[in-house]
Amino acid sequence: MTVCCQRTADLGTVAEIVKKYAGQPGALLPALKEVQRAAGHLTTELLDQVAKGLNLPLSQVYGVASFYTLFSITPKGKYIIRVCESAPCHMVGARSVLKQLERELGIAAGETTPDGLFTLETTSCLGICAVAPAIMVNDQVHGNLSPDSVPEIVRAYREKGGDE
Amino acid sequence: MMQFYRSHILVCSGSNCSLRGSRAVREALVREVAAAGLAGEVKVVETGCFGLCEQGPTMIVYPEGVLYCKVTEADVSEIVRTHLLKGRRVERLLYQEPTVPKAIQLAPEVDYFKKQQRIVLKNCGTIDPESIDEYIANNGYEALGRAVTGMSPDQVIEEIKGSKLRGRGGAGFPTGLKWSSGRKAPGETKYIICNADEGEPGTSKDRLILEGDPHAVLEGMAIAGYAVGACQGFVYIRGEYVLAIERLQKAIDAAREYGLLGSGIFGSEFSFDIEIRTGAGAYVCGEETALIESMEGNRGEPRIKPPYPTDSGLWGCPTVVNNVETLANVPPIILNGAAWFAAIGSSNSPGTKVFTLSGDIVNKGLIEVPMGITLREIVYEIGGGIPGGRTFKMAQTGGTSGGCLPGTVLDVPLDADSLIPHGSGLGSGALLVMDDTHCVVDMAIAFARFFAHESCGKCTPCREGTPRFLEILQKIAAGQGRQEDLALLEELARVMLKAPLCPLGQTVPVPIMTTIRHFRAEYDAHINQKTCPTGVCQIGAPAVAD
Repeated sequence: MTVCCQRTADLGTVAEIVKKYAGQPGALLPALKEVQRAAGHLTTELLDQVAKGLNLPLSQVYGVASFYTLFSITPKGKYIIRVCESAPCHMVGARSVLKQLERELGIAAGETTPDGLFTLETTSCLGICAVAPAIMVNDQVHGNLSPDSVPEIVRAYREKGGDE
Repeated sequence: MMQFYRSHILVCSGSNCSLRGSRAVREALVREVAAAGLAGEVKVVETGCFGLCEQGPTMIVYPEGVLYCKVTEADVSEIVRTHLLKGRRVERLLYQEPTVPKAIQLAPEVDYFKKQQRIVLKNCGTIDPESIDEYIANNGYEALGRAVTGMSPDQVIEEIKGSKLRGRGGAGFPTGLKWSSGRKAPGETKYIICNADEGEPGTSKDRLILEGDPHAVLEGMAIAGYAVGACQGFVYIRGEYVLAIERLQKAIDAAREYGLLGSGIFGSEFSFDIEIRTGAGAYVCGEETALIESMEGNRGEPRIKPPYPTDSGLWGCPTVVNNVETLANVPPIILNGAAWFAAIGSSNSPGTKVFTLSGDIVNKGLIEVPMGITLREIVYEIGGGIPGGRTFKMAQTGGTSGGCLPGTVLDVPLDADSLIPHGSGLGSGALLVMDDTHCVVDMAIAFARFFAHESCGKCTPCREGTPRFLEILQKIAAGQGRQEDLALLEELARVMLKAPLCPLGQTVPVPIMTTIRHFRAEYDAHINQKTCPTGVCQIGAPAVAD
């Protein structure tokens, strides 16, 4: 899972994670997941450290980090809102939910609010089509949405603010 | 001493019910049961998905089999006081049959369950998925024991071949044949991979199987390992499937503790262990060679085939990749025999199929039906029909990579091959029902957008072709289309059906072109009359609304 809060990467912790995976076949994905969990997002500096530690070319590490949607090479908001736009959600108004979220947050899909609280993304099927249209805010699912239910959800997370 | 309970309450703890608050309901039940002094008489069990996701949170009270739907925390004390203490049903929470005006009390009476045949889902909703003992009490691990102590690997493969089991992940390849290729391939080290990277839009069957009966999949993998000659298995599962991952890990730990995974299983020479690998968000990793690339720590880009994974898969070793549902079919086949399985459903693809129902249908959720059932039976009998008295327009079978079928196909018996003449297939078993309020052009845009997002970028036809589909369709939706655009789509489809490297690119034209094939008049209306018959598309809006 992507981790969202901005944390200062403790390079010592990262070194330990990388060391644990060094020499193991297929270790890159689990290593990147753990580093991201500790650091918030994968900076070039961190990717370089992972590459050196696992004895892989930086190009491969960057290629992997930029390929998968759960990895992030740019800073993300504390709350990542993922809007499912697959067919079952699309047909019951996912687009209007997305538009309302864009209006409410003042950003377009793919962007992060200036206060660093929210990142808005679209996603492929979350597999919870019985409650379509659905979104995920970090690990929390919200389903059966309409544009009208958006402000309340955003307000609740705004109120929670920095402390979770 | 074994404790006897006069009543068991099974509370669904699948993702959909959890989302609707089933955990709070279960906790309240435990509290209220204890407060009423019934703790020694009534047992509350957390179980897997019943399938009636639209009605959640659901629970069944045994021995009567009373099904309660949409239960909230506030309803719990009434259930305890009225049902458990006084023995009367709580009428207002009973399941309401969509087609019959009276409330139905008992789970087995409900049309939804009557038409189903549960092989893969037999334990889902009836046992506690976190208890290996309950799985074992339901003949769990008996098939593995029988295979490793009483059958040769070749006999196991012959049994699977004889059952005519075909892969349930989408391609429908004969499972026995795949195992036999894996067995024959030279090499000391071989692997079994369970493909749980379920990403097909509208499909959640693999997640709900893993959440509801994880041991069935582990047992199937171990039998596959014995047959193929592998001693290591991996479950590659979507990173988003948090609950399934947790349950699977618990199941693996319990099986190891019982000696059902590890070395010398059932006192035989056979050793097998299983590890979980989680995905990082890429639809294409459901394709087996992309999945293997991802497990090796690379970008999940498909490989050129051949060589097939059964010859050269994970780290160059022979590897058998099977879908979750396929593997869950294996233990019952070994237990009941190939002939039993081959007699169920349709003759060229026997057995059952698990479908995920979504869209404009009353009962959304998970069902398991014999192959050969018709779309009409699924939609109108099990699914309860279209809500709000609307009319059926089309159904998309097999997820976004499947075709859209009109009402004329409602009576075709469904199996692995029967939909091919109509431009679709069963795929992973997603079934998206759409009523007459939806526009085919708008839906086609949703399909194209999905593929444009998920194309991995490795091969040119898919990387460049999918955005072209999207652009042309968006132009048509905005009223800027020309008749030539349909010819252009046809040409693009011809290239895309053949040229891409993997099935992802090759299926892009399928959903889009079936909407043109079956609903041509609606495209013509957008192009010639500049109107959207359903009023969904915004004619005159900028073509690229993204």
